[in-house]
Amino acid sequence: MTDNKQNSGRAGSGRREAAWGEVSDWLDDWIAIELDGTVTAFSGKVELGTGVRTALAQIVAEELDVPFERVHMVMGDTDRTPNEGYTAGSMTISGSGTALRRASAEARHAMLQMAAERLDANVNELSIRDGLIIVARDPERSVTYEELMGGKLFNLQVTDQAPLKSPDTYRIVGTSTPRADLPPKVTGRPSFIQDLQIPGMVHARLVRPPSPAAQLISVDENSVKDIPGLIQVVQRGNFIGVVAEREEQAIQAAKQLKVEWQEVETYPKLQDLYNTLRSQTTQDNVVIQQGDFERAFAGAAKQIHATYTYPYHAHASMGPSCAIAEVSDDQVIVWASTPGPYPLSGALAQLLNLPAENVHVIHVEGAGAYGQNGSDDAAADAVILAQAVGRPVRVQWTRKDEFVWEPKSPAMVMEVHAGLDALGNVVAWDYHVWSPSHTNRPRAANQLIAAQLLTRQPAPLSRFTFGAERNAPTNYAFPAQGVTVHYVSNSFLHVSSFRTLGGMQNTFANESFMDELAAVAGVDPLEYRLRYLTEPREREVLQAAAEKANWDSHPSPRKDTGSSGEGRGIAFARYENDQAIVACVAEVQVEETSGIVRVKRIVVAHDCGLIINPDGVKNQIEGNIIQALSRALKEEVQFDEFHITSIDWQTYPILTFSEVPEIEIVLINRTDQPAIGAGEPATVTTAAAVANAIFDATGIRLRQIPFTPERVRAAFG
Amino acid sequence: MPDETNEIVLVVNEKRHTVQAAPDTPLLYILRNELGLMGPHFGCGEEQCGACMVFVGNQARPSCKLTISAIGRARITTLEGLMAEDELHPVQRAFLEEQASQCGYCLNGMIITTAALLWKTPHPSDRQIREALDGNLCRCGAHLRILRAVKRAERLLSEVEGR
Repeated sequence: MTDNKQNSGRAGSGRREAAWGEVSDWLDDWIAIELDGTVTAFSGKVELGTGVRTALAQIVAEELDVPFERVHMVMGDTDRTPNEGYTAGSMTISGSGTALRRASAEARHAMLQMAAERLDANVNELSIRDGLIIVARDPERSVTYEELMGGKLFNLQVTDQAPLKSPDTYRIVGTSTPRADLPPKVTGRPSFIQDLQIPGMVHARLVRPPSPAAQLISVDENSVKDIPGLIQVVQRGNFIGVVAEREEQAIQAAKQLKVEWQEVETYPKLQDLYNTLRSQTTQDNVVIQQGDFERAFAGAAKQIHATYTYPYHAHASMGPSCAIAEVSDDQVIVWASTPGPYPLSGALAQLLNLPAENVHVIHVEGAGAYGQNGSDDAAADAVILAQAVGRPVRVQWTRKDEFVWEPKSPAMVMEVHAGLDALGNVVAWDYHVWSPSHTNRPRAANQLIAAQLLTRQPAPLSRFTFGAERNAPTNYAFPAQGVTVHYVSNSFLHVSSFRTLGGMQNTFANESFMDELAAVAGVDPLEYRLRYLTEPREREVLQAAAEKANWDSHPSPRKDTGSSGEGRGIAFARYENDQAIVACVAEVQVEETSGIVRVKRIVVAHDCGLIINPDGVKNQIEGNIIQALSRALKEEVQFDEFHITSIDWQTYPILTFSEVPEIEIVLINRTDQPAIGAGEPATVTTAAAVANAIFDATGIRLRQIPFTPERVRAAFG
Repeated sequence: MPDETNEIVLVVNEKRHTVQAAPDTPLLYILRNELGLMGPHFGCGEEQCGACMVFVGNQARPSCKLTISAIGRARITTLEGLMAEDELHPVQRAFLEEQASQCGYCLNGMIITTAALLWKTPHPSDRQIREALDGNLCRCGAHLRILRAVKRAERLLSEVEGR
C-alpha cells in the first residue's frame, strides 16, 4: 500500500513516550538510517492527496544529502510516527517539513561527527554525496551512513544547533520531483483505504436514520433473513449496520432491511436560512477595533453597506468514506483515511472505554477530503461493527451516506459598512460576520456520529469558537476599522472544517465590497486596492497578477456593459493575513438570456515563500481555483425541514470539464523566506474575482453564492 | 436477493475467470473483491461519476450497476489490463508524465475514458476531449492537467501506432 519499510519499526524506542505528549524532539522519532542505506522518515502528518509525501521526502533527501528515491516516508500511524495532531490548515510543510528538516540536519551533523572519528579526519575535511561521507583530499577514505549507523539508533535529541543547508545549494528542494504515489495509482495497484484488504475481513453497510434526530421505532430482522452470507444486523440505539461475508450481500441487506423511524423537524426552511442563522444570540469576538471609529463614520461623506451570504457546502469527496477495524479483547486496530490519527485514537478509545494506547490508528490514503469529511466517523462505525461481530469489518459509506452525514462547511452571513470621504477614499470600515464555529473535529467520543446514534444523544454544541476569524480582517491600511465575529451556537446542519475555514467566505465579502467601493469612487479596482496596500511583497503579488492578465484599467462596470457580456475582476488576499499572498484575475462572459456565467480565464499570482516543489504548488493552485469556482458557481447543500436533499451528483452538481477555464499562474519564489503552505490560499480569492468580473460585465452585483443561472437571471430582472 | 449463486464465466484482462456470485451482482464488486483488481473505484454506485469505469468490449462503461449476468461474452478490460507486460499503456504514461492527478481516486475513470476516446477518435478537438470527459468527475481540480495528459496521450499513440 505504502512504501513503509518493515525494518524501521525499531526506530521508535522513544517514540511511544513522546507520541502521546507534544511533538517529539527525539531524533529517532523522525529519522532512521536503515541497514540497506535507505532512510525512513516519520511524519505525524498524512497524505491527503496533495503530494506532501513527496514534498516531505524531498526535504529529508535534501538536508541529508541522499537521493530522493532512497527516502521512505512513514506517515500518520499512532504506533510509529510522532503525534502531529491534524493534517490541516496548509501546515504540513511549515510544521512537519520544518521538523523533518531540522531532524535531518541533526542526523547529518551527528553522522559527520561519527565519520570524523572513524576516518581520523576533521569534520571540515569531509564532504557528503548520496549518503557517502568522504575525506575530500583523500577520497579513498570514506564511509556510508549505513556503515556508520549499523542499524542503531542515534539516541540524540534534536537540538536545533545543527547547521541547515543554505537554500542556494539545494539540488532536490525546489525541483518538480514527480509524485511518488502516482505510478501505482495509474496502474490500479492498491493505493487507497477503499482498496485495503485485511485477512478475514467481512463487509458492512450502514442503515442510517433519514435525519440525525430521527428515532428508531422498529427493525424487522426477518426482512433480510433470506440474504445469503448475512452475518449480523447490528442495532444499538439508533445505530444500525449490516455485516455480511460479501460486499454485495451487505449492500442488498442494507437496501432490504425494513426499518421504521419517527422523524422530527430538524432544519430551518432553506429560504429563511440566513435570517434564522443571524437571529440567534451570539458570542462576539472583536478581532480589530482601531482608529476613532464613530467619529470617522459620522464625518464620512457617504456610507455604503452590503450583506453577503454563503451557503453550506459539502466536501464531496470522490470516494465515500471507508474504514476497517479489528477488535480483539482490549486491542483495537483501525485503518482509516483520518486527517488526525492521534486525536481519532483518543476519541475511539473513549468510545470503547479503553486506554488510548490500545487503539492503534493507521492512516491509509483516501480520496481527497479537503477538511473533515466522513473518514473519522466511518472509523467509529467500523469499530462498533467489528466489536459486534468479532471479525475485522470493512465499512463503506454510500454516496448518499457521505452527502448526508459528512460535516458541511457552515453557512455564513457577512455584513460590511464603509464610510467614504468626498473623493471616495475609505475613512472607516466595519465588518461583521455571523457564523457557527468551523471545527468539530472529533476529539471526544460524543462528537462521533456513531456515538450519538448509539446513545440517542444529539451532537453536542461546539465548545469552540473557531475559524470564522480567518481572513475576516483585510490587509488594507484603513484609517479606522472594526472587525467583529458573531459566533452563533446552532449550526443547524452538522458542520466542520472545510478548506480555508471561513477564509473563502470572508474574502468573498471583503473583496466584493472593495470592488463596490471602487465603483462608488469611480476608480479602477486594481488602483483602488493599491491605495490601501502598503506591504511591498503584497503589492508585488497584486501587480504581478494584473500584469500577467494584461489588466484592462477602467472603473467597473465597463461602459458598454451587455454588448459582449464580457468583464474582468480582481481580488486579493493574504491567507490568514500573514501566510501566502494571492491575487486573482477572472475573465468571464455572462449570457443575459440564460443567466449562464462562463469563466474564460483565471490568472493567479502566488507567493508562498520558499517553494519546495514548483509543479506541486502549481497543482495545488489549479486545484484550489477549480474547486473554489465550482463552489462559487454551482454548489449549495439543499435541505427541507426533515432531510438533506443533496444526496448525489445530480442534486449536488460540481464543475465539469467543459466548464473549467484556462488558468495561468505566476509563482513568486522567495528563497530567503520560510516555506509556507500552498494547499489552501488560492481558494479564497476566486469567488470575489468572479463576482467582480460579473459586475464589470453587467453592472449586476451578486452577493449570494452560488452564482447560478437562476440567480443571474433574477438579478437581471 | 434470490438465494442462489451461479457460476459465471468472465473474461477479464484476457483471462477467463469462473466466479461464484448472484447474477445481479454489479461487476465492480466482482472485479475488486473476487479478482483483486483495485483499478476501478466505487464512487457513487449511480453511474454519475465515472470512478468505476472499465472497458466492456471496446466501450468504456461504469461498472457499479452493470450486473455480471448482463455482460454475456463481452471481454472486460480494467486499468490493470491496459498494461502490456510491465509496460505502461501510452495513456497511463501520458498521465504520469503530466502529473495529471491530485488524490488520484478518479484516475481510473479518466484513463479509461481517454483510452476509449482516442481509440475511436485518434485526433479529437479540445471540445471533443472535454465533452468526452464530462461524465468523469474530479473534486481535486486536476482537470487542466488531465486535459494536457489527453493531448500528450494523443501524441504518444500517434508515435506508437503511426496514426
